[in-house]
Amino acid sequence: MNHSNHVVSTAITPESIADSSLVAPEPVAQYALGLGDDALVLAHRLGEWITNAPELEEDVALGNIGLDLLGHARSLLTYAGSAWAKSEDDLAYFRDEREFRSHQLFEQPNGDFAATIARQLIASVYFVELYRALSASTDATLAAIAAKAVKEVDYHLDHSVQWLQRLGLGTEYSHQRMQAGLDAMWPYVDELFREDPFVAEAGDAAVDPRTLRTAFDETVPRLIVEAGLEVPSAPAVRGGGRSGVHAEAFGPMLAELQVLARAHPGAQW
Amino acid sequence: MVNAPALTRTTDEQAVWSIAATVVDPEVPVLTIEDLGVLRAVSVDGDQVTVEITPTYSGCPAVDAMRDDIVSALNAAGYAEVRVRQVLAPAWTTDWMSNAGREKLEAFGIAPPVPRGSVGAIGVGLGIRCPHCGSLHTRELSHFGSTSCKALWVCQRCQEPFDHFKAH
Repeated sequence: MNHSNHVVSTAITPESIADSSLVAPEPVAQYALGLGDDALVLAHRLGEWITNAPELEEDVALGNIGLDLLGHARSLLTYAGSAWAKSEDDLAYFRDEREFRSHQLFEQPNGDFAATIARQLIASVYFVELYRALSASTDATLAAIAAKAVKEVDYHLDHSVQWLQRLGLGTEYSHQRMQAGLDAMWPYVDELFREDPFVAEAGDAAVDPRTLRTAFDETVPRLIVEAGLEVPSAPAVRGGGRSGVHAEAFGPMLAELQVLARAHPGAQW
Repeated sequence: MVNAPALTRTTDEQAVWSIAATVVDPEVPVLTIEDLGVLRAVSVDGDQVTVEITPTYSGCPAVDAMRDDIVSALNAAGYAEVRVRQVLAPAWTTDWMSNAGREKLEAFGIAPPVPRGSVGAIGVGLGIRCPHCGSLHTRELSHFGSTSCKALWVCQRCQEPFDHFKAH
């Protein structure tokens, strides 16, 4: 295997970044913060399924997907925090609602299992396209995080597609629930691909989300139709997650995510 | 420090490598971190020893245990200053798992990963061999298993479920 095109020893992970001299340039840190929040918020939502999924295997599957996403969040938030001398925990636990930059799709309540699969399908296709493109970032750390993440989110997509087909082509009732799930999540698609001010600042270190829309539109509607379902036509919500505007459900979710760290600041496991 | 092939390691580095290579994966205790391809490089600078490992999956919690075990093993061997660095690039792949590792996995009851790229133009995956009875008449029960790196399979012949180390 030829690794000559890779940066071989970029230190990236949460544990090692503290003792490395790796500091993200300000615009790159701002960009990484948004990506890290996306991964963190969705990881938390998926964690809510543990002990609640329709079968044990899905507890494990959604938990595993969430764990991968949490790994991405840790790397991205640690790297972002390096610009401001903040740790991953500072950023995850001690920012308030309006400081989170995650897109509104990721904070959507789980709903039923079909709604979660719809959200995960949209998210996985978005992540696959994003991380594939970000692997070519001019920022070596972002490129390394993305090259690792893309293999994982590709596997997550496989899981979503299998359930999309099973539910869409299953019984009349499962079909109806899957369609309702897609309809509920569809208004949050558009926001993922809008112009992002932090991207413009970060230049070629970042990926312009508008460039990912074509690949999404070539993939997801086809998958939906192959599963015997209809591509929803619901209008897009106003959005604003990247500038800290969130839906009502975000506050209670964040409270649960942060309560332990805020009740016992500095506590160690 | 590069991902040095064995021949280019110095004597000191080889000694450190040999000790670090005894640390096992806490989730799959028959595999050492060398078998897994997680141990990537070592360097020795005076009293300072640095070991580089790469996580299998981004969120893999076993990495913390491996790091602590590497430090303990090297401390016990007289190396006081030990630093463990994690590297993400190039991204870990099951292609780095040694043949010895694959055999140990199978003997332990976990079906080893098939080499990536062994799936042709038509997307038909290779059959996964049951580590209990050797049958290829098996099917995937769940895409995800007890750890990030495994999926759950079941043998249709001996009826036993088993873990399969996913090709990654």
